[in-house]
Amino acid sequence: MSSQEGAAAPIRDYASMVRLEHVEKYFGAVHALRDVSLSIDRNEIVGLIGDNGAGKSTLIKVITGVLPPTSGRLFIRDEEINPRDFSVRAAHDLSIETVYQDKSLADKQPLWRNFFVGRQITNRFGFIDIKREKELANKILLDEIGFRGAGITVDSTVSNLSGGERQGIAIGRAMHYNADLIILDEPTAALGVAEVRKVVDFVRRIKDSGRACIYIEHNLAHVHEVADRLVVLDRGAIVSELTPKDMSVAELTEYLIQLQHKH
Amino acid sequence: MAKLAPSSVIRGIEGLPIILVFAFMLILFMYTAPEVFLQPFIYTTFLSTLPPLILLAIGLTFVIGAGEIDLCFPAIIGFSGFVFAVLFKEYNLGWIAVIAGLGSGIMIGFINGVLVAKVGIPSFMATLAAQFFWYGMATVLSGGKSYALRGAEESSVWKVIVGRPFAGTNMPDWVHQLPLQSLWTIVIVVFLWFILNRHRFGEHTLFIGDSNDVSRVVGIDVDREKIKIFTLMGALGATAAIMLTLENKNFFGNQGQGYLLTAIASVLIGGTSIFGGRATIVGTVFGCFIIGMIEAGLVATGLTGAWVRTVQGLVFMISIIFYLYVDEPQRRRALLARVGSFKGFGRMRAAE
Repeated sequence: MSSQEGAAAPIRDYASMVRLEHVEKYFGAVHALRDVSLSIDRNEIVGLIGDNGAGKSTLIKVITGVLPPTSGRLFIRDEEINPRDFSVRAAHDLSIETVYQDKSLADKQPLWRNFFVGRQITNRFGFIDIKREKELANKILLDEIGFRGAGITVDSTVSNLSGGERQGIAIGRAMHYNADLIILDEPTAALGVAEVRKVVDFVRRIKDSGRACIYIEHNLAHVHEVADRLVVLDRGAIVSELTPKDMSVAELTEYLIQLQHKH
Repeated sequence: MAKLAPSSVIRGIEGLPIILVFAFMLILFMYTAPEVFLQPFIYTTFLSTLPPLILLAIGLTFVIGAGEIDLCFPAIIGFSGFVFAVLFKEYNLGWIAVIAGLGSGIMIGFINGVLVAKVGIPSFMATLAAQFFWYGMATVLSGGKSYALRGAEESSVWKVIVGRPFAGTNMPDWVHQLPLQSLWTIVIVVFLWFILNRHRFGEHTLFIGDSNDVSRVVGIDVDREKIKIFTLMGALGATAAIMLTLENKNFFGNQGQGYLLTAIASVLIGGTSIFGGRATIVGTVFGCFIIGMIEAGLVATGLTGAWVRTVQGLVFMISIIFYLYVDEPQRRRALLARVGSFKGFGRMRAAE
């Protein structure tokens, strides 16, 4: 389904997309991540669940180069990353894209500008090739995101889209830039039922296109549906890894409540 | 969900509502003051008096489009005008005076940008403080004196920047009065239209106005772009200052003070969003025409000058309410919600 096959540079074979070994993170005296070891496979959707303050965002920030770990090792495509050289930009260069709940798209700008901002197609004086950007954006919209007949064009402004459509655009943009790992930060927060359905479909597309995804979610039912594996964080430590296929949502919920009571 | 809001039709042509308002007012004044508005001279006068206002308003279009504000530019008109006037008159430096004047404006704009982007002072406060400072500096350095640039029209500086290239030819009288600053202003406006709408810098400006957070996430260097925006404002302010000083053949310390509200009003009347993220150069230019025309039109109609600010303020207010209603659906909903109608409000609440 994607047009990038063949265009991609031959990349050395690797076993896991991201691997963390014994990662610790302190904020002063606060122990935010405790001995976290985790591996994400190349084409795996991993749901990251846990209470507020469990360390989900800290973990994501370590993987995306926003925060350096206090200790521990980080591997991307089996290659060790030096935390000092790692940054958001370096993560982008390593094909890791993050889709934030509400920080991915600019409301008053048309879709085509949102697709290309930060990576504009320009001539050498910096003037944007609008025709080409619009053509490409239209292709992404129709072929990759699948917004056929939804009344949305590349000239639509983001404020005219529903919450689910926005997530779709942001995920589609990440896919277009050949991200091998897409991190979704609570994409269904504040969405209605029909909108959640759309987002879940977009997450399936990530899997179908052969990429990896880390999916942070509060709502167990949403993440249960699409995740291959669930990683449960509690007070900075990974307390269990589950395979949702083996459990119903009810069993999963029960299990997590049990887990809470153990403390 | 309605994808085709009426606003998208209106927005099909850039600045259409404001062009219609301009046409309406023009026809109105042609009716109330035909002896002025049906003659060419009022329009050649506009061409010589409006360029400084237009240049300031175009710079502000970028600043307001980026969600910031600049209150410092009246002081740039004063300070850069002083730098230019003193070097031009007292030291006979000619084009070097022009470059120095421009440089001083660029420097002030750059400092404003650093204060806002790097030091992190809200632009409203930073530029207000800067306004007092540079206005004060101009007053101190000039000793409160004005500089009359007598004989300036003999210089190449005057001839190139604000000259009358057709004076003394066989063409009709009004052609003799066509001023060169209007040509330079057109060139600058067209160039900056392309920058805002077609260049990476313009796109970054509007994304920053939309949301600083989103801009950072997509990889825009927000701080650097903001510094550039304020520097551009400084350069345009200095250009306006030099044109104004040369056109009047006179410098006085508070020559910029009248522009503060008229320039901001022109930008917002034109349809640039007061909240940032959307900006229109065409709208701004017509906003300037309207602000300038109200002044001439009311006086020509027979009302006293005291009415000018009142009517300008009224037009300003009406246009802000109009744009709020047409172009800001979220804010409109929030406003309606506040006054008791909860239409469409449910979608905006976070569902837990």
